[in-house]
Order: sequence, then structure tokens, then C-alpha cells
Amino acid sequence: MGWGFAGPFVAVFGLVLLAPIGYALYLSLFKDRLIGGTSFVGLENYGEALADTRFWEGLARVGLFLLVQVPVMLGVALLVALAIDSGRLYGRTFFRVAVFLPYAVPAVVASLIWGFMYGTRFGLVGNINDALGVTLPDPLSPSLVLASIGNIVTWEFVGYNMLIFYSALKVVPRSLYEAAAIDGAGEWRVIASVKLPAIRSSLVIATIFSIIGSFQLFNEPSILQKLAPNAITSDFTPNLYTYSLSFAGQQHNYAATVAIVMGVITAVIAYTVQLRGMRKG
Amino acid sequence: MTTPPVPAPAAAATPATSASDSTPSVSSSTTAASMTAPADRATTTGAPSAARSDPKRRRRSPRTPLSPRPSVPLTLVTALVLVYTLLPLAWLFINATKDQKGLMNSFGLWFADDVNLWDNITRTLTYDDGAFVRWLLNTLLYVAAGAGGATVLAVLGGYALAKFAFPGRRAVFAVVIGAVAVPGTALAVPTFLMFSRMGLTNTPWAVIIPSLISPFGLYLMWVFAAEAVPTELLEAARIDGSGELRTFFRIALPLLMPGTVTVLLFSMVATWNNYFLPLIMIKDPDWYPLTLGLNAWNAQAQTAGGEPVFDIVITGSLLTIVPIVAVFLLLQRYWQSGLAAGSVKE
Repeated sequence: MGWGFAGPFVAVFGLVLLAPIGYALYLSLFKDRLIGGTSFVGLENYGEALADTRFWEGLARVGLFLLVQVPVMLGVALLVALAIDSGRLYGRTFFRVAVFLPYAVPAVVASLIWGFMYGTRFGLVGNINDALGVTLPDPLSPSLVLASIGNIVTWEFVGYNMLIFYSALKVVPRSLYEAAAIDGAGEWRVIASVKLPAIRSSLVIATIFSIIGSFQLFNEPSILQKLAPNAITSDFTPNLYTYSLSFAGQQHNYAATVAIVMGVITAVIAYTVQLRGMRKG
Repeated sequence: MTTPPVPAPAAAATPATSASDSTPSVSSSTTAASMTAPADRATTTGAPSAARSDPKRRRRSPRTPLSPRPSVPLTLVTALVLVYTLLPLAWLFINATKDQKGLMNSFGLWFADDVNLWDNITRTLTYDDGAFVRWLLNTLLYVAAGAGGATVLAVLGGYALAKFAFPGRRAVFAVVIGAVAVPGTALAVPTFLMFSRMGLTNTPWAVIIPSLISPFGLYLMWVFAAEAVPTELLEAARIDGSGELRTFFRIALPLLMPGTVTVLLFSMVATWNNYFLPLIMIKDPDWYPLTLGLNAWNAQAQTAGGEPVFDIVITGSLLTIVPIVAVFLLLQRYWQSGLAAGSVKE
């Protein structure tokens, strides 16, 4: 009887997730040559991907992105969640809703807004330059564009992560605070010794999903590409690379291979963080 | 590739016995979602308010974490984050009231001399032979079919996993959670090629079918159903001779409503905001959703010789986010409790 209810989900799941994974593995073992057509090449594509500097440069870029952007975003999210949970804010409901709001904004619109604001023509950067007679560094220049993308992603997801932390804090039993207060623990002490350990699994989960999100970075650079074509190349992130290989270059087999390698790397790192995060404490 | 990051399964594999976050938060969210208002009222009129009305008692221990006093410095510091999150939205609204000239000549965070919001809206809706309206209708179709279908599948599946012991149940869950770790974009190329062979690309199906799966929704409904639907109630119904479908619709579904609304909301946002999937699947502008359409207009405005329509792109962006933001604000009670139940991000 259970299958009757679960069946529809499982069937569609098989079609849109399992089948493509299988198909990608199959594709990665073949090569499409101008002469001779499609032929089986074993693991040759994988060898090529592992030696592909364009792929590794993209991976290094999202790695750097993740090392800086994820801690900043999660740190701010955690501070806001703690501030709201402390009950010491005026208008806490307003804070909670307003900080969360950007999550409802599509990545396309978020990238367009920030992209325009970064601009020198009618953006805020241009306004400031005109008003103060200065020339600020261009946020869309090659050296700054990664940080500018990091800012957009932070803006989109800081409220979401704040809400995850806040939801977890809300279910911490109040009696724990009471006990800590009786022991003379100050507020910072309560945060460090009671609150943070209590929401540990939420912190780990948010970290893992942010890592996965960073490795998948695509939407924001893809949209900003029109505003900064010189700064954002077609291999800026591994996913942009896969996309351009497949849809601009028609190299479907190699694109599938790169996607699989990227998926394996993501899963390994997420799994490692999960193991380490859960083990401590 | 299907190795799970396991946060969710570890916490959820045994919902009834798990001492970690999932179980307590679910029960609390059940109450929060189904009876937020009465519960709040009860606390404000009950014992705590008695304590509040006693000024002496309040003054005696003002600084314990249990009865904190609002703090101006903390509010001001936190307000910096508020400015950060609201500033771009304010910029968008302000600049949606300007025409091209106003955009170029006025300060970005204040209104130009004349307000053109209404004019901009009508121009946006009629530009390009009313393409915006067409894209809006497409988006509504994708949201209704994709998010609606995803919710139905997640509710049925979550209910099955929580309340039936059937062979392969654990395997289903492990595989679904494992697949969450697979980057969606990694699947894009093979999914596109598959759909292309099936003749589905460039049709609404190519966007709708992949939207039907929400592993987050399944997980949320599973944890939710485990808590919200008492097994004894189902057994009593069965003893009374009620069929499984009837039992589901008459007994389980009403109890699952708060979780269902949450899943529906988050699926709606995901579908409304979807960019990557339609980008690879849809080439024909007639089937674009709003996100792709806006991106196309922007690309056109950026190219040399293209018609600069920044005012229309900006107004279109505003029109795109207004419905979804309104839905979020109106139904905030549900999504907040739903997140508490899952504490998981898609």
C-alpha cells in the first residue's frame, strides 16, 4: 500500500534524477569525433578533464569564493539570528521578515539590481563618483568581479540562513538558559556554551548547503556576464564551463564528464564537512 | 555521486527515536503552524503577562536572558544588516519610477523630478507586443503545474514513508537524500539531451517535469507526517472499514495541511525564480518564463546598437518580484514554522 502513495514521487524522481545520472555516466565514456562518429573511449574523457587547466582554474575560483563568502554570510546570519533570539531588539518581527525578504527575489532580478547599482552609468557607484569627484574601483572589473558576485550571493541568502539558525534557536529549551543564569553565566557565555552547541546540526547543515551552492555557482555570473563580458569568461566557474562546452561547443560527452567530476568533488567535500562537523562535541 | 551529505538522513532516519533537531522542532512547528494565534494569545493573557504587569518583579531581574530589555545599541547595529538587505529593493522601486533620462541624470537613491511609474508599467506590459504578459502567464503555468505537482507528490510520498512499512522504504529515502548532493547543474546536460531525444525541449513539459521533484519537500512532509498524524487514528479508521484513500483524504490530509502549505510556498518560490532549467530547455521566447525574458531584454539593452530599455528592464524586475514577495509576506506564519520543522535548505 505504501508504494501506492510513494510510487508517483519515485517514478518522476527516477526520470528526472536517476536517469540523467546514468545517462551522464554513459555519455562520459564516449567521444564524438569529426571523422568516425561516436566511439567508445573508456576513461579517456576523465583523463582529459583531470588535466584540463580551464576546469581547475574555475574550481580554484569557486574554492576561493567559498572560503571567503560562506564564512561571511553564515557569520552575519548567525549574529542576526542571535540578536533576534536574544529578545533585545526593538521590532524583532520586522527584522526577521525584512532580512529574509531577498530570498524571495529571483537570482536574475538580484543580479540585475546589483549589476545596475555596480554600474558607472546610472548606478550607485557612478552616483558616488559624480557626487564626490572620485573614481571608485569598478566592481565589475576582472579583479573585483568575484567579490561583487559574492556580495550578491550573500545578499540573497543571508536571510535564509538567518531563519534556519533562528528556527533552531527557538526550540532550545528555555530551562537551559535559566540554569546557566543561575550559574552566573553572562550572555556571551550562554551563547558560547549553550546556544551554539544546541544548534550545531543546523550550523553544519547550513555550511554544507552553502558549500554545495558555491560549487554550483552559475546564475549570478551568467547574468552579470552581459554587464562585464571581459571579466567573466566562459570558464569562470565549473558550471559555466560545462554549460558553454555543451551548448556553445556541442561537446556533450566531455561536458558530461566535467559535470560528473564536479559532482564527485562536491559530494566528497560536503560529506567530509558533514563527518567532521558532527563528530566534534 | 550519490553519497549523501547525510545531515538530513542522519537526523531523519529514525524520526520517532531521534533526539536531534528534527523531532522536537517538528512538534513545536506543528503547534506553531496550526495554532500560532491562539497560542500567542494564551501566553500574553496567561501567566507571563501577569508577571509583566507586576513592575517590581520585572525590575528585580532585568538582565537575565529570560526577561531581557530591548537594547538601542544592539538594535542599531542589527539595523545595518537591515539597510543592506533593503537598500537594493529601495533602489529598484525608486528607479522604476524614472524614465531613461531620469535614470541617467538623477541620484540613484532618490526620485527624479517627474514620477513615471504608471507610464513605465504600461510600457513594460505592452513592449515587444506584450511579451511581458505572455511570460507572466508562462510563469504562472510553470508555477501552478510544477509547484502544485511537486507538492502533491511530496505529500503523498512523505505520508507513505512516515506511515507505511513497505519493502524498499529505507532505500527510497537514502537515494532521495543522496541525490540532493548531486549538483543540479551537473544533471543539466544529460537531462537536456534526454529530453531533447524525447522531443520535450522547447515545450512547457521540459520545465514542468523536473520541477515536480522536491527532495526538500519530501523530507519535510516525511518528518511532518510522522509527528502530525497519529498512527492509532489511522488504525481506528481502518478497523472501521475505511479504505486507504478515504483515510488519507478524510483524516491524514487535514492534519498535514500546515506542512503542505509550507512545501507549496517554497516550491512556488523555487519555480517562480527558476532560471537555469528554462535557460537550457527553452529556446523559443514564446515559452520563456519572466526570469529568462528579463535577462533577454537586459542582454538586448547591453549590446551595441540594441535599443536601450533599462527603464523597462527595471520596471519589469519590480513587477516580477511583487507577487512573490506579497505571497511571502501574507503567508509568513506558514513558511516560518515549516522551516522550523525541516531546518533544511533545498
